[in-house]
Amino acid sequence: MTYGETPSQTVGPYFAYGLTPVQYGYDFTDIANHVVAGRDAKGEHIRITGQVLDGKGEPVSDAMIEIWQADHEGAYSTEPVSIKDTGFRGFGRCGTGTDGQNLFMFETVKPGCVADASAPFINVTVFMRGMLTHAFTRLYFDDVPATNANCPVLQSVPADRRDTLIAKRTDTPTGPEYRFDIHMQGDTETVFFDV
Amino acid sequence: MNGFKPRDWNSHAPYIAPGYKSTILRGPTKPLIALSGGISEASGPVFARAAIRDLDWDLTRNGRVNGEPLGERIVVHGRVLDGDGRPVPHTLIEVWQANAAGRYVHKVDQHDAPLDPNFRGSGRCMSDENGNYVFYTIKPGAYPWGNHFNAWRPNHIHLSLFGPGFATRLVTQMYFPGDPLLALDPIFLGTPDEAARNRLIAKFSIEKTEEGFALGYQFDIVLRGRLATPMED
Repeated sequence: MTYGETPSQTVGPYFAYGLTPVQYGYDFTDIANHVVAGRDAKGEHIRITGQVLDGKGEPVSDAMIEIWQADHEGAYSTEPVSIKDTGFRGFGRCGTGTDGQNLFMFETVKPGCVADASAPFINVTVFMRGMLTHAFTRLYFDDVPATNANCPVLQSVPADRRDTLIAKRTDTPTGPEYRFDIHMQGDTETVFFDV
Repeated sequence: MNGFKPRDWNSHAPYIAPGYKSTILRGPTKPLIALSGGISEASGPVFARAAIRDLDWDLTRNGRVNGEPLGERIVVHGRVLDGDGRPVPHTLIEVWQANAAGRYVHKVDQHDAPLDPNFRGSGRCMSDENGNYVFYTIKPGAYPWGNHFNAWRPNHIHLSLFGPGFATRLVTQMYFPGDPLLALDPIFLGTPDEAARNRLIAKFSIEKTEEGFALGYQFDIVLRGRLATPMED
């Protein structure tokens, strides 16, 4: 006997005190936050920032981003996520409603290349009001162009859309920052995957 | 191969569902690109039972300040299963909802129904080794929204689950049987297949009802199944 999947439904505009309470100032513990790798995690510490932009190019104020990534050696954490952990957690969650520019932000380390991939990347999931099913994408890094050029997943994407998956590095006084804007629609619509 | 069967798109709404206006500018418009995936999608975050504190699974108590929350107490039971009916054990379930008057604690919610000082409306629980979960709460009220003339959301509870991998992630809503607003709700109706849509409606259960305390509802949640049956040992 097969069981039909339960349909996906939107997170709606009021997910904050269920999913990201501390970020939004509610007095309730988090299970995850924007810190994907704590200060003791090995590897190159980086910051990821971006906006979610709608079909008019307006930043979305009620989106939530989750990321899941390998550590600096390309291994996924199998330990339970604990926000008290100062090491590598692997999972992060951030809403876009607490920043003046509706940015999401993650503190993490640059992932190593996982065993069955050919370029380092981070899994990204987008949830928001106005989306009945969440959307999967990937963040690749612009400072490894030769590696990216050999990546079968990137190569499976039409050449003129590949850039939407590649975060742009800036070296700032507070460390390297990668910018990754997610365009839901338009000429620069981000590539989303059927995972 | 990422270890999971392909998502059953007949069970999920399209990204652009014009009846739900906000999808028009927010849903992706270009076709998804197939990703056979790998360990990245087959793996995912795990959460320890320690992440669930004593009252997290009891929304009738976890927001109390000076008394009982107002409204109809309910107890929601269910199983988390995969597409082959196998239990999904030890998976985190996060829940959030409006209060009995149809008002969320969220500061952006401007509906003029009253806030309940003794109800926060969020909590979490975890499925046990057999995939069973339970939480206590207050039946949420309907509330108006700006989608169309006289638009009201049916009573619903939001649920968020991970399952065994990043590919099995699900955020859904549980609805209540017999709600007249269901037939008018573009979010519920966004799922085109009627049988799939009806899987979003909990069943009233007199067996699960607790005498003198709370009405019982049964809500099973089915995540994507695995590609192959794992070996029992």
